[in-house]
Amino acid sequence: MTVTSDKSSGEAPEVEMVALTIDGLEVSVPKDTLVIRAAEQLGIQIPRFCDHPGLDPVGACRQCLVEVAMPDREGNVKPMPKPQASCTMTVAPGMEVKTQLTSAVADKAQQGVMELLLVNHPLDCPVCDKGGECPLQNQAMSNGRASSRFEDVKRTYPKPINISSQVLLDRERCILCARCTRFSDQVAGDPFIALVERGALQQVGIYEEQPFESYFSGNTVQICPVGALTGAAYRFRSRPFDLVSTASVCEHCASGCSLRVDHRRGKVMRRMALATPEVNEEWNCDKGRWAFTYPMLDDRFELPMVRRDGELVPVSWQEALAVAADGLRATRSAVLVGGRVGREDAYAYGKLARLALGTNDVDFRARPHSAEEERYLAEHVVGSTPETGGVTYADLDTATTVVLVGFEPEEESPIVFLRLRKAYRKAATKVFSIAPLETRGLDKLGGTLLPSAPGTETEVLQALAGDGTSEHMGSDAFAAARTALRDPGAIVLVGERLATVPGALAAAADLARSASGRVAWVPRRAGERGALDAGTLPSLLPGGRLVADQADRSEIAELWQAETELPTTPGRDTAAILESASIGEIGGLVVGGVDVDDIGHADGHEALRRAFVVSLDLRESTVTPFADVVLPVAPHDESEGSFLDWEGRPRPYRAALDTTAMADHRVLSMLADELGVFLGTRSLREVRAEMDALAPRAPQGGRTDDAGDPPSPVSVPSPGPGEMVLATWRTLLDRGTMQDGEPFLAGTAKAPRAVMSPVSAETLSIVPGDLVTVSGGGVRVTVPVHIQPMVDHVVWLPTNSESCDLRALAGQAGAVVTVTKGGAA
Amino acid sequence: MADESKGGFFSDLFAPVAGFGVTFSTMFRKVATQEYPEVKWPTQPRFHGRHQLNRHPDGLEKCVGCELCAWACPADAIMVEGESNDDEAGLRFSPGERYGRIYQINYLRCIFCGLCIEACPTRALTMTNEYELADNNRADLIFTKEQLLAPVQQGMLPAPHPMVEGMEERDYYQGKVTQATPEQQAWVEHHHADHADGPARNEDDVEARS
Repeated sequence: MTVTSDKSSGEAPEVEMVALTIDGLEVSVPKDTLVIRAAEQLGIQIPRFCDHPGLDPVGACRQCLVEVAMPDREGNVKPMPKPQASCTMTVAPGMEVKTQLTSAVADKAQQGVMELLLVNHPLDCPVCDKGGECPLQNQAMSNGRASSRFEDVKRTYPKPINISSQVLLDRERCILCARCTRFSDQVAGDPFIALVERGALQQVGIYEEQPFESYFSGNTVQICPVGALTGAAYRFRSRPFDLVSTASVCEHCASGCSLRVDHRRGKVMRRMALATPEVNEEWNCDKGRWAFTYPMLDDRFELPMVRRDGELVPVSWQEALAVAADGLRATRSAVLVGGRVGREDAYAYGKLARLALGTNDVDFRARPHSAEEERYLAEHVVGSTPETGGVTYADLDTATTVVLVGFEPEEESPIVFLRLRKAYRKAATKVFSIAPLETRGLDKLGGTLLPSAPGTETEVLQALAGDGTSEHMGSDAFAAARTALRDPGAIVLVGERLATVPGALAAAADLARSASGRVAWVPRRAGERGALDAGTLPSLLPGGRLVADQADRSEIAELWQAETELPTTPGRDTAAILESASIGEIGGLVVGGVDVDDIGHADGHEALRRAFVVSLDLRESTVTPFADVVLPVAPHDESEGSFLDWEGRPRPYRAALDTTAMADHRVLSMLADELGVFLGTRSLREVRAEMDALAPRAPQGGRTDDAGDPPSPVSVPSPGPGEMVLATWRTLLDRGTMQDGEPFLAGTAKAPRAVMSPVSAETLSIVPGDLVTVSGGGVRVTVPVHIQPMVDHVVWLPTNSESCDLRALAGQAGAVVTVTKGGAA
Repeated sequence: MADESKGGFFSDLFAPVAGFGVTFSTMFRKVATQEYPEVKWPTQPRFHGRHQLNRHPDGLEKCVGCELCAWACPADAIMVEGESNDDEAGLRFSPGERYGRIYQINYLRCIFCGLCIEACPTRALTMTNEYELADNNRADLIFTKEQLLAPVQQGMLPAPHPMVEGMEERDYYQGKVTQATPEQQAWVEHHHADHADGPARNEDDVEARS
């Protein structure tokens, strides 16, 4: 059942209060509170179906009828002639409300409504997925008649229909509360479902030409008060009473949603959004809800493996650790951590590199990155939390202006998108996006596009800040952005993709400063922010301590009780590690949860092939074919730890399943033991005690010009004939390995397509629906074309969708690709 | 007993065997013991014995895998997992959408209270009068669906097979289906030739038991 929360909690205390009486009890609530919420404050539960605190009131189900009396002009309290719906009526001074508890009229009215709702509701509770946790079932027992007077044939529909590949609709069960349609329309902004027909035939319908392709459709399943909408993946899988629930946090992106993991006999059955008002409110995205099957696939590692005669063979832990330690001891080694591990695990990787391997060559960025980004993260991001004045979700709610740079919220951090949409609807926040094209996501935010070709973001940011060239000044959108930024309190959200645009991150920080606003970095992966604060960057130690600073180094050395000095030479970042490994300068690699193709580095495979690779992984990955030792680690659902979301807010999670799989930090501790070093990361408590011993340090801020080299002038790419500049980012649902094993979810992924402007299309004489082949840098993909207004001579493609893998090119901002018409050639 | 009162001659004569009188007279009374296991007496008709999963008259299973029996069980002896019937894959076990893929009763735990029978919404689960539930190992006392299913009677065909042509789920409950039709017969003959080793989907069953 949906948890309801009080709306007034976020309101300021100076709000005008209204006193009224409910069931003879006095209560004082803020003005404009709904009667049903005021009753909740007194602990009076009025039955309801359509009412939901996250949605606008509608009064569709009429279940919440109560008797209301109001004072008239003379002050005489007069009852209203008929029972009123308490979910649409706001409180008034002197109002007297009688609920079903004290009023026979209200009780009878509620029973009557319930009887009518049940007229066409089938008696299939035993086979219904909602049975056992169904508001209709519960409230029919608590507020309905004991027996039905209906003696006719119920309206039936033959089969459930697929609203999308992952949401099924049983039309006969629907009670027309319009929660799903309101959610889609208001919260998600994807109004692809609506109530159609009239009377007894009224039902939820989809638009025939547009399928229900929403990243948030799972929420409609969760808030459906009956079993009308059910998830295809969970259909008939279990019953609520044999599920064990564990509160957890989503591992898919940096939004940090609270989740409830429901599992049975060691298998996760489903995941639901858990209400956390300051983060995800009551929602989550479909990826977080349904992409949890990847650890249950057959290619999961069960035992440690060692390569012998070219084959990986299962061995004992002792043997695998010994082989790994021998290989690492013999050579210079580096550590690559993916952005997927928890904070405590990342900490252990960093400590292993510094303490056991004696190197600063450790980097969590398994994606395109730059030295400039590292500097920016060290100065502006590490240590930034809601307590130290970092941007929070609540700040987005009330922001006047939000500028998005290199960041597509709907695809890359869906809860940020929902918050921005809420801000746009409730607080009229102006959203500007510096991007090559206006996406549907931006459209749903009422956003304005500041067109910029990939690689020119710096220029646009500088122009916005007022010290750039005036090339972009002409357009209305630009003028509107300049006007909006005059109000203080603007928020600039930068995405991880901006790392590869020279000068852009600094320019974004400058823009925020010049607009007296703030800037926040929103990475895509869940573990990146935590890994940053845990010190898995070449130049950073845990807690934002600097490698280059003697005092910081000694502080960490003391904390770690290091027998020798911590390494002082600056470390290499991911790209440099791979380059060094590919020429043999680095002989050993400890790789944890990295897909080497994600890095998009030309030397990636060569580096892994040459080096001695110890791979800590869950399943077979792109690193496994090169691994000399494979050490299995626990997946998210089987390990305890914490993430930092993009705000820097700790998001701790517990292990849902109790298995023998070991978390990364424990495996690393054993590996260090084998190397003759005590790592002290045997348990989560040990790691946390160490991390907590470091005093939090707010971001140092500071201008970046002390970093020396000014951003190299942006070389605006000049595509020749038949060439275009590539713009690309990942869609939320793509070929990511953590979405494996979930066909229903994959069915709603956006089909890959190439987007280009009419002018670009004309030069290639392409019409909508044509196939084009995009090639460059050894990559060649063929996809259909979509033509829409956008920056000319730029083509947009998803980075890693089915049959469209452009990860090798994603690392260069403004890569030039050849575009030809047709599928062949 | 200091006083040694003496009886008559016959008393003295039969005194050594007097005790056998009881034995002797009992030989002519009705015998109270039962010759179990050679002779088995019928139980009372409502005796709570081993469970049975019933079938519809065409042989489809009545169980819809709703788990209400498992929910009702005070001894936690029942395990059920549901699954969708799949006509396209030839895996229809019950009328309607859902069937019980896994059904197990652990007779080491069962207390034969019959609450599961009361909970069953389709009369799929009933109790037989069979009481011979003893074994020399624990594993064999966890009965699986194959063991619990009612025998295939006259006019029935073992599931999986399609529903009777033109009938809906409700028709099964309204008694409109009386026996398997020739179409179903033909379907079963055709498909059982394909899958000589019986229907698939048994591996989870084994896994869940272990």
